[in-house]
Amino acid sequence: MKPTRGFRGRSNRDPRLPPGQYDVGRDWPVLTAEATPTVPTGSWTFSVGGLVEQPTVWTWEEIQALPGSTYSGDIHCVTTWSKLGVSFRGVSVDTLLAAARPSASASHVLATTHTGYTTNLPLEDVTGGQAWVVWDYGGEPLAREHGGPARLLVPHLYFWKSAKWVSGLQVMDHDEPGFWEQNGYHDHGDPWLEQRYQGD
Amino acid sequence: MTEASLPFPSLGKWQRATVVQIRRETASAKTFRMELDETSDYLAGQHFVLRLTAPDGYTASRSYSVASAPDGSKEIELTVERLPEGEVSSFMHDEVVVGDELEVRGPIGGWFVWRGTTPALLLGGGSGVVPLMAMLRLAHRLGRPDLAHLIVSTRSPEDLYYAAELARLQGTVLYTRRAPEGWPRPAGRLSSADLPASIGGETTIFVCGSAGFSDAATEILLHAGVASERIRVERFGPTL
Repeated sequence: MKPTRGFRGRSNRDPRLPPGQYDVGRDWPVLTAEATPTVPTGSWTFSVGGLVEQPTVWTWEEIQALPGSTYSGDIHCVTTWSKLGVSFRGVSVDTLLAAARPSASASHVLATTHTGYTTNLPLEDVTGGQAWVVWDYGGEPLAREHGGPARLLVPHLYFWKSAKWVSGLQVMDHDEPGFWEQNGYHDHGDPWLEQRYQGD
Repeated sequence: MTEASLPFPSLGKWQRATVVQIRRETASAKTFRMELDETSDYLAGQHFVLRLTAPDGYTASRSYSVASAPDGSKEIELTVERLPEGEVSSFMHDEVVVGDELEVRGPIGGWFVWRGTTPALLLGGGSGVVPLMAMLRLAHRLGRPDLAHLIVSTRSPEDLYYAAELARLQGTVLYTRRAPEGWPRPAGRLSSADLPASIGGETTIFVCGSAGFSDAATEILLHAGVASERIRVERFGPTL
């Protein structure tokens, strides 16, 4: 591509930033398509169903009692901001899937939420210590506008995959586009490959 | 979010966008009218990604809502607010002149769109008015000004985008900090009293603005009895 007349770009670019991303600093922009819901922890549940041997539902107290896990690192939004050096705490998706035991034909999951939003992910992207259900951000309860009481966290993919107000994972033997994916966003969403939109 | 999403129009490739006109909206906002090489086929409410490329191949991209109504031409208007430390917005404000060639890709977004066929209530906060202006302009272009009712909330007269045109198109302006002399409504935040007396069951409400504005507006709508599935929200800006 021909350079833009007069554009030089920032000089000291942080190597943690994937291509086309900028460091948002202390801000944390909110990108959602719907009214921010209030999901009381008293009625909150998280379920793993579909192609599993043991469909399982956790209440708020039950999921908090599982062995905890922390993610410290960066997050990347498809709208080109990245937030560096963040920390979330919750439970590893590995722990949840170990209880539900996906069947041999399982290949994908569809994350569902308490608002009806969905997003699709290959099983291999939510296993092996790469995905969490989190309720703590930097030592504080996760704010409502950021998906509180709990959201999915899949930080190696663009952040729309980290569904807010998450309610469960539906294990499937095929891929099925979720909300943003039906609206033109990429089925996988790797920020280092700039998989922003369908066809990238 | 129970309603089925709209079919997504195919996303174009990167294409050249030649700046054909620049208009100042406010001290911190400019509108760039650009002619695209290929097509500008888009719907009111959609956005384009704007990309700048440095000589060493480094690129910076940001998304901007289209402010103009689709008119079948190859031209689009993007209104760019200058952000402190904004890598792309500063460049757009300080460097770009008519005749410059940029790159855009789009249109993007299949949810926050209005096709001009059903009633729409448009609630914009600050620069959130941009995609809603595309909708209001579309309503007038189609000869259906009755279908779109725009209410924009802004700090002061100096912060209002598209001021003259909003007056002509009968957009409702709310000032939150300071209203002009003799303005009928005192300065203050959006409240239920600012909404139309009744919002018809066919009306889709489009809310665009900062997280604070969007959340406040949706709370007011929900309290007024509007079903949440009729509200479409586009938020932007920091929350910390």
